[in-house]
Formats: sequence, structure tokens, C-alpha cells
Amino acid sequence: MELLTHKTGSGPEIVVLSDPAAFTASFGWFVKTGARDEQMEVAGVSHFLEHMVFKGTQRRTAEEVNRELDHLGAQSNAYTSEDSTVFYASVLPECQAHAVDLLTDLMQPLLREEDFETERQVILEEIAMYDDQPPYGAFERVTELFFGDHPLSTRVLGTTETVSDMLATQMKDYHRSRYTRENMFLVASGKVDFTQLVEYVAEATANWPSHPNLRQPQLPTYGSGEVLIERESTHQHYAAQLWPGVNCNAPERYALRMLCSVLADEGGSRLFWELIDTGRAETATLWPQFFDECGCVVGYLCCAPEDADENEEILRNVIEQTLRDGITQKEIDLARNKIASSLILSDERPSNRLFALGQSWLNRKNYEPLGVVLGRYAAVTADDMMAVAEQTLRQPCATVKVVGPPE
Amino acid sequence: MEQRLLHKQFDNGLVLLGEHMPWLRSAAFSFLLPAGTCFEPDGLDGLSGMSSEMVQRGCGDLDSRAFLERLDELGVERGSSITTSHSSFSCAMPAEVLGTVLALYSDLVRRPHLPADQLSDARQLCLQELRALEDEPSHRCFSELKKFRYPLPFGRISQGSKQGLEHIDIAAVEAFFRDNYKPAGSILAVAGNFQWEQVCKVVEQQLGDWQGAPEIELPVLCSNYGSRHVDHATNQTHLALAYDCASYESPQYYEARALVGVLSDGMSSRLFSEVREKRGLVYSVFATCFSMAGQGSVMCYAGTTTNRAEETLQVLLETVHSLGSGITQDELERLKNRIKSSLVFEQESSAARSSQIASDWFYLGRVPDRAEVCARVDNLSCECLLEHYCNYLPKNLSLVTVGSQSLELPEGTS
Repeated sequence: MELLTHKTGSGPEIVVLSDPAAFTASFGWFVKTGARDEQMEVAGVSHFLEHMVFKGTQRRTAEEVNRELDHLGAQSNAYTSEDSTVFYASVLPECQAHAVDLLTDLMQPLLREEDFETERQVILEEIAMYDDQPPYGAFERVTELFFGDHPLSTRVLGTTETVSDMLATQMKDYHRSRYTRENMFLVASGKVDFTQLVEYVAEATANWPSHPNLRQPQLPTYGSGEVLIERESTHQHYAAQLWPGVNCNAPERYALRMLCSVLADEGGSRLFWELIDTGRAETATLWPQFFDECGCVVGYLCCAPEDADENEEILRNVIEQTLRDGITQKEIDLARNKIASSLILSDERPSNRLFALGQSWLNRKNYEPLGVVLGRYAAVTADDMMAVAEQTLRQPCATVKVVGPPE
Repeated sequence: MEQRLLHKQFDNGLVLLGEHMPWLRSAAFSFLLPAGTCFEPDGLDGLSGMSSEMVQRGCGDLDSRAFLERLDELGVERGSSITTSHSSFSCAMPAEVLGTVLALYSDLVRRPHLPADQLSDARQLCLQELRALEDEPSHRCFSELKKFRYPLPFGRISQGSKQGLEHIDIAAVEAFFRDNYKPAGSILAVAGNFQWEQVCKVVEQQLGDWQGAPEIELPVLCSNYGSRHVDHATNQTHLALAYDCASYESPQYYEARALVGVLSDGMSSRLFSEVREKRGLVYSVFATCFSMAGQGSVMCYAGTTTNRAEETLQVLLETVHSLGSGITQDELERLKNRIKSSLVFEQESSAARSSQIASDWFYLGRVPDRAEVCARVDNLSCECLLEHYCNYLPKNLSLVTVGSQSLELPEGTS
């Protein structure tokens, strides 16, 4: 496998992890824009725009877009997060030219008023659907509580109100300022014709807007405390928690992932043996999230309402005991093995490599081969893990609990 | 991408299958045991799930914790699941540890400790899953559809019932294990980078002398139809609709599957276009083929806010019936391309391939290779699909709604 990059003048960058022996090729436009880049009154515009991107361009109607994707036999989709929007397609190598032309064309959508109204209904259905599903908005609410007035508190889907009130003109303004040559790059992996890709992209993106409106990271002031959400017809008890974490380029991120694995891996960890194996809880887990300037550790507990108090105490005790007594070498070795194996298995598919490369490029304009990443995990010590535990789980956290109606 | 099915039938009834994928670093297996929910005794719904949970609590020389730690040391990603027919265990791993992991799982299916003092923990775990299902309206909708459409023993869901789980004692788990964890009817499918001779040797050593009860005959399945509503305080009403189609074993399965593909495969499919893209009625809508005991069903799902549920059902039904107006050449070409490229994507994952091999063997008693599947798909024509639709008009409809408003099938729907 070979990393190939291309950047000329003002055009968007191209980053390729080439594997001539692969059976397929994957392509994705990564846009460095997400919920955190939105004004409060248009919360949800990044995600709404992600849907609208498939609604047609100067050269294609919405029906043609969908038909062409299917004609290519593509495995394609898109997603929006707090800090990025990604459009991708995996195809057979012989379909590269068509797939890249289609994906690239989509980045300059027409955003027609009529489509905007229909798709608004789809987004409102999506919000209603998630609102019906556990944990019923607990993650969104705890994020607001934790990040306060920092842009990272913005809900990726927006709210029923912001989506209902949004105007197509607001979306067009947002698109013009964020889908720019400076703020996007094309990632590819698998059996890729790099020369064709470079030639095509240079020409196709020559007229794309340019706008130096880059994100200004700012450190949040973390909030803490507890909020209750009451839901009729809730059978289980759900709790979402956020602790301060580390940013996406912090050297401590490897130690933090290993710490979360030791504490909360779903197939064998301290929380697994205390809460899952014993049947006390359905889910009890922790995972890190990384952003440009900060991060968090997310905790999630789901259990029977009558066991909630006791389980929350067990969870607190597990964390306190870890902070007090440390971690054993055996736990470190198991965590490292699990992470290494999961990375190696995931790396087999070009489509998975696309996301690893794209995310790495979003975070640091750099990519480390799997062997180097495995070395970083191998170098983590018990002291590193305890130091990052102090930085994160020792700090006050924000908690949101979802409970059924009072008896 | 040379493709060859490796096959070994053991005298005790166990079938070992393999497909070599030397371009991968991994190997994976799917181990299907004839211990699904349809073999649960009446009144003990959830016994297959609880037994699966119990066999994973220590086996051979290892207790529960030592077993999981051993798998973690080896770098094994694992899962277990329960279906109507099977309890299954699947693992993906670095290729070099396959033999060791097969030996560990041989212990699991033959020599589990079934520790009585952990029965209550296992029960609690299963009750958690059942309660979680009750909070997930879209999943619940399909569970309710299964219970409604298929009479016992086929209509049991993998999570069981509260009453069933509460009645299970250790003797019931031991009996279920004795009767259903057995070589007759078990399928072990391996895919990825392995040496077939070595795999055969390990399996021969570990499972060659495995003995157990004979296979159990199942009654004939006759589906129920009609409408059923489950009240649930939600924003959306969730619809699950089923109707008869050719089963996986049927010579007409490709036609039936292709018609469902026209309805639901990809963003240009009819359901996605009509229900979501043109009308904005839903975020999620799809149809899929499901086969059980020689019977096939198409199962459709749509979730929509309650005041638009009736319109959504109407559009859903109209879209299904629109197949009777014919399939365009363009639709068929897109479908063929999607199926053929999905066969290539499958070659990138040992786990996906091992699971497909095991499933094919269960339904067909053989594993069609890519060339055969491509030839079958290439043979499909718009005319044969329309003819198939007209011969097998959607019938025996079952509708389940979960939400705050019940819906009925329109009059005249059979």
C-alpha cells in the first residue's frame, strides 16, 4: 500500500491509499464542516444539506443521481457529525471515472426550493424517529449541558423548530461559505487510478467557490450537574454522562482509548464483569470522542429502573477504584491486543481504510500506516493511562438520565 | 479470485465447509447449531438465548473469565446470535490462530460448565434485552409481526418472554443443551486465509467423536394473516407488513428476490422513491425477503409520524402493486449491477463470506458460487419478473402497527 497525495494551486487536496491488489475502490469527499460550524438559528443545516446534496445538480436531476449510484452498483452513503460531513461510494475499479464524476458533481447541488420542502419532511421524520428511540435525546441533552454555549453543543440534526423554520437561502449561504476548495478534500483507497483522479479533479473543481472561512477553535468551559428527562412508556433506565477528554491530536489519545477498553470494553472489562456479566445492566460502557481543540469521554448506562441507583454507584466505584489503585499489566496487554486485532481486521477492507485515512487527514493532514499506529498503542504504559485517567475521569461530569413516569 | 467450496461431511452429521481467500490476513467461521427458538419447549420462551448465554460461561479447562481473556489474547472478534432455527457463534481473527479458536469453540459446544450459580445472572441479562426491545418501537414492530404471522413453534422471538425466562431452571438449560447442541444438523463454515488440511485435522480431533441426539422434525408452517396493533406512546407509527413470496429454496427465489430488489435495493428503488423521495413521508422504508421452514415472506417496514400513517400504508401498498405494471429494463440492469458488485464486496470480508456459506448450506444443502449466482441473475428478464409477479400476487398479508394509532388493511386485501 502506498500513500499518494496531490495539491496544486487553489484546488482541493487529493489523498489516496493505493492498493493495486484490491478488488474494489472507495472514494469520498470530506468536508470540514458540521454542526459546530452552524449559527444557532440554523442548527441542523449541515445535516439537512447532506440530504439535499443528493437532490440534483446543474447536470443531473435527483432521480438521475439515485439511478446512477445504483447503476454503478455502488455502496454509497453520507454522514454528518459535529465537525465534518462526508460523502462516499465504494465501487468496482472500472467504475472509478463515473463514480468520481458523480460524487464531485454532487458537491455543487442546486438546492431547489421544492426539493427543500419535501426533504424538510424527511428530516422531521428522522428527528421524530430518534426521539422515539432510546436513549430519547439523552446524548443531545448531556452535550448541551456539558459544552454550554460552546459550538460543540449544537445538535447535529437540529431541532424540530430550527428545521421547520429554515430557509433555502440560509442553506445556500452556508453551502457557499463551507463547501469550498480550501475546506474539502477527496480521499480514495483500494485499486485507484491516481493519474486519472488528479486530472479529473483539477478540471472539475476549477470553478468551485473559494472562501477562507476556516473554523476558529475555542476552548470550552465544561459544565457539570444532572438533568432528568421523563418519558412515558419507558421500560429501561438510561443515563448518559460526559467527562472532559483530550483533543484529536493529543498524544494521550492512545492511552485514553486503552483506558476506556480496560474499563468498559463490551466483551470483557471492569464494567463488563461488574454490570453486564452479572445481568445487572444491559449496557454499561465508556468511549472517547475527539475534537479539534478538546474532547470528552462518553458514558452510557442502560438497566432496569429499580437497579439504577445501585448500578450508578457500582460505576462510580469502578472509576474511583481505578483512579486509586491503578491498572494491571494483564489488563493493559489484553486491551492492546483487542485494539490491535480490531484495527487489523478493519484494515482489510478498502472502504474502512477510506474512513481511517479521511479522519486522520481531517484531524492532522497526516496519515500513519497501521504498523506505526500499532506501535503507538504498544508504547502506552500504565503511567500514561493513569495520567489520562486523572485528566478525564477525575473531573466533574455532566449527567442526563431518562426515566419512566413516577409511580 | 478463484472460488472453490471445500466440504467434509462427518459420520456424526456435522458438516464442515470452507472457502479459501488467500488475499486476506484474517480467517472467520460461522458455527450454526440446530438450537433455535423453534426447538424451545412450550412455556419456556427464551430458553435458546439463555442456554447460549450459559454455554459461554466457561467450558473445558477454562472458566468464563479465562475463556474470554484467552479469546482477547488471540485477538478474536466474536458474536453469538439466536434465530428461529439456530444458535450460532461467529468469530473473525488473525488467520494464524484459527485452529486454536476452533478448539476453544469445540469445548464451548461440547463441554460447557453450565454453572448453576450463574443462572440468575444469565436470566437477568436476557430480561434486560427483552425490556430494551420493548423500548425500541421499530424492532418491536418486527418482533410483533413474527409472533403474529407465524404460529408456534415458529413465531417465538429470540428474546423470549418474561414469563418464559422466569420459568427456566438449570435442568431446563441442561436438557436444551443435551437435546440441541449436537452434530446432526450443525454447520461449521470457515472462510479466509487457512490451510484446509489443518482445519479438517483440528475439527476431526475436536468434533469427530461428538455424539448427540438425532435431528428433530418440525411441523408444517402455515402463516397467519390480518392486522394487529400494539399501543405505544411514540411520535411515529411503525408499520411492518408481510406477504407470501417464493422461499430461498424455491427455484423461483431469484425472481422473488429481484422483485423485492426493484422495491427496495438502492436509492432509486420504488419504495425509497415513492414513499421517501417524492412524498417525504418517512426517513426509513424498506422491504426484505425472509424464509423459514420452506416458506418465504416479503417483509416491509415504514416509520412515519402518526397523522401520516394511513397515507404511508396506502402508498406502500400501491408501490408493491405497481410491480404488476411491469419492470423496466433500466430497473433490472441497475439491480443486476448491484447484485454482481455486492458479490465482489463479499470477497473482502472473511466474516461475511463464512456467514453466507453457512446460510446457503442450511437452506440449499449446497453453496452456489459467484459464477452460478451471476448466471442466474443474468437470466432474469423483465418479462419473467412480471410473469412471476402475476403468478404469485402478494397474498396472505399480515400488518402490525406499533404506535398510538392502529391501522387496518384496506378491504379486499387478502
